Amino acid sequence: MSTQPWVEKYRPKNVSEVAYQEEVVNTLTRALETANLPHLLFYGPPGTGKTSTALAIARQLYGPELMKSRVLELNASDERGIHVVREKVKAFAATAVGAPVPGYPCPPYKLLILDEADSMTQDAQNALRRTMETYSRVTRFVFICNYVSRIIEPLASRCAKFRFKPLQPAIMAGRIEHICERESVTLGPGALDTLSAVSGGDLRRAINTLQSAARLGGGHVDRATLLDVSGQVAPEVVSSLAAACRATGAAGRFGALQKQVQNIIAEGYAAQQVLLQLQAELLSGADGGSDLRLCGALEALAGADYSLVVGADEALQLLNVTGQVHAALAAA
Amino acid sequence: MPLWVDKYRPNSFDKFVVHKDIADNLKKLVATGDFPHTLFYGPPGAGKKTLVMALLRAIYGAGVEKVRVETKPWKIDLPSRKLEVELTTLSSNHHLELNPADVGSNDRYVVQEIIKEMARSRPMGADGSRGFKVLVLNEVDRLSKEAQQGLRRTMEKYSSACRLIMVCSNVSKVMEPVRSRCLCVRVAAPSDAQVMEVLQGVAKKENLVLPEAFAARVVDYAGRNLRRALLCLEVCRAQQYPFGDSQEPQRADWELYIAEVAKNIMDEQSPKQLYLVRSKLYELLANCVPPELIMRQLTFELLKRMDDEIKLETVSYAAQFEQRLQEGAKAIFHLEAFVARVMSNVKTYLVSCGLA
Ligand SMILES: Nc1ncnc2c1ncn2[C@@H]1O[C@H](COP(=O)(O)OP(=O)(O)OP(=O)(O)O)[C@@H](O)[C@H]1O
Ligand SMILES: Nc1ncnc2c1ncn2[C@@H]1O[C@H](COP(=O)(O)OP(=O)(O)O)[C@@H](O)[C@H]1O
Ligand SMILES: [Mg+2]
Ligand SMILES: [Mg+2]
Repeated sequence: MSTQPWVEKYRPKNVSEVAYQEEVVNTLTRALETANLPHLLFYGPPGTGKTSTALAIARQLYGPELMKSRVLELNASDERGIHVVREKVKAFAATAVGAPVPGYPCPPYKLLILDEADSMTQDAQNALRRTMETYSRVTRFVFICNYVSRIIEPLASRCAKFRFKPLQPAIMAGRIEHICERESVTLGPGALDTLSAVSGGDLRRAINTLQSAARLGGGHVDRATLLDVSGQVAPEVVSSLAAACRATGAAGRFGALQKQVQNIIAEGYAAQQVLLQLQAELLSGADGGSDLRLCGALEALAGADYSLVVGADEALQLLNVTGQVHAALAAA
Repeated sequence: MPLWVDKYRPNSFDKFVVHKDIADNLKKLVATGDFPHTLFYGPPGAGKKTLVMALLRAIYGAGVEKVRVETKPWKIDLPSRKLEVELTTLSSNHHLELNPADVGSNDRYVVQEIIKEMARSRPMGADGSRGFKVLVLNEVDRLSKEAQQGLRRTMEKYSSACRLIMVCSNVSKVMEPVRSRCLCVRVAAPSDAQVMEVLQGVAKKENLVLPEAFAARVVDYAGRNLRRALLCLEVCRAQQYPFGDSQEPQRADWELYIAEVAKNIMDEQSPKQLYLVRSKLYELLANCVPPELIMRQLTFELLKRMDDEIKLETVSYAAQFEQRLQEGAKAIFHLEAFVARVMSNVKTYLVSCGLA
């Protein structure tokens, strides 16, 4: 039994295998033919193929062997202070390029992959500007991040930028079916749709969810197991919360809201997931979207999501946002 | 003598009554000898750690229960400097357990070093295949942002040599890319009926007579937290046995203290009173009650004591100042600002009602 998770096993080996990111793939395929590569900046949400693409480029340029000496990958697990990056890049750029390997373009430059670059400090990024210029003849940089706004403009403007989009359900379905075939997994009715719905365009999450569900179901994956392992909030919990938010009279009293929220916390649901599903529920119940009161409610939801991301307490945030949504919907 | 909470922890999946469904699933999951990085989340005392320990046992057998506690210096070579951190770890031949809070500001380097060390000392299976070790990260919601960032590629690169089991209660504090790399398992707090069932089971094994009315009060007191229920039962047992029908579970000192602070705030709203409350907040912090817990508990105590009209405002201040407390440096500022805000709001309300 191989201990390799499917996400790694089915990581694209070639740029052409990267699904759905046509713009990226087309441009890079052309660039790879001429082995003439600009500096690159990949950005987009988790599990959309950024790291995979960068690694695939490296492999296609140099082949699996030469890649070891020609490619340097620095990610958030490496120390990346100002001096460290400069020294590492300098040492890396200074070593002689090894002899080309037949069958691969092996251009006369090296590749420096800075993965998770949005976690680098502004200072470290600033220090990179000079470094990039100094070594641009002998190195190409690939920056990868989730949030392009966290990359300072002078770096971003030196790169060809590529946005990685959340994968479309149909594309995702294609990859999933491919894996199911290879791993002899059978899918129950509605399983594919469910998988797309719960993974929100994140193919890694979809593959991980699939693998877990397949193990639980002994090779068969059904809808219920998927929902179970995906962390979705039970629909009745969300609809009851939404009902409390809309309620007037006794059912809309603060005590009633508090009880619901305490139950949700005790059930252990992830607060952000609750917000997401509550938003969908409120929107679906709206009468044609003409309801201005909904704006206040959506604003409150957005504020709470931000607070959670910066590390605020789930119980207090959920209680507050529920109260705010209720107040917004009750406004005359 | 182990505490009942430890003594009656089910140690294999077959013995689970609460979370039977999760136990069954995990059992199937490891039946193949493999499992993905896993993140257990849910409120305190729900049974997360118990599941983790049973999971380790299911993978490695009783060997994982032979743990040693070691304190040793870890030398970490960073490109820019050498780091030496003294670290206390709990480990067996198969796994190592770490509380990020014990590691402090160097958590990102320590976690990386441990994972690399695990990959170096990768065990060899009987069939010549290479196995994996497990790193258990408790309270992973307290792992710094930098350390979490650092885990992303590491979780992918070392995925065949080292598996992570992470445990937390505030899952929003675990960043999305890390969650995307895990099987996330939600552990709900057991229902009141289930807590009752566990209490009755323990009472039976301890040969105790458990009057129903008393047991119901313990269940109520525990608020769906199994640890709280079992600790409470054991304390009550020491205080008075046979259990009296009117015996009350004793709340923890810090809880009583916070309830008192809430009462102080509602009794009088003045600079003098604020001064008194502040000294009590200092006292709580000095006794290592986490500031976010003070904020949450205080809010719920205040809500019990105030009119509906001002509840939402109070909660919204709490949410706002608790967030600042997370982002800021000194907790006392934000706790005090919260109290001052609430006092002023309560006062205005009372005046508007003609009550003050
Ligand atoms: N566009 C894609 N085509 C094919 N497979 C993909 C694609 N995107 C993601 N995957 C699958 O998901 C896994 C993770 O992808 P990858 O490591 O490239 O994500 P990422 O964009 O770098 O995410 P993060 O921002 O979290 O680092 C891959 O191993 C692969 O199995
Ligand atoms: N499934 C269970 N069945 C019976 N008792 C349990 C179960 N899970 C937990 N407990 C009891 O509750 C206590 C607290 O559980 P624990 O797993 O430490 O909670 P958490 O890690 O979620 O805070 C344990 O020490 C154990 O005695
Ligand atoms: Mg990546
Ligand atoms: Mg615990």
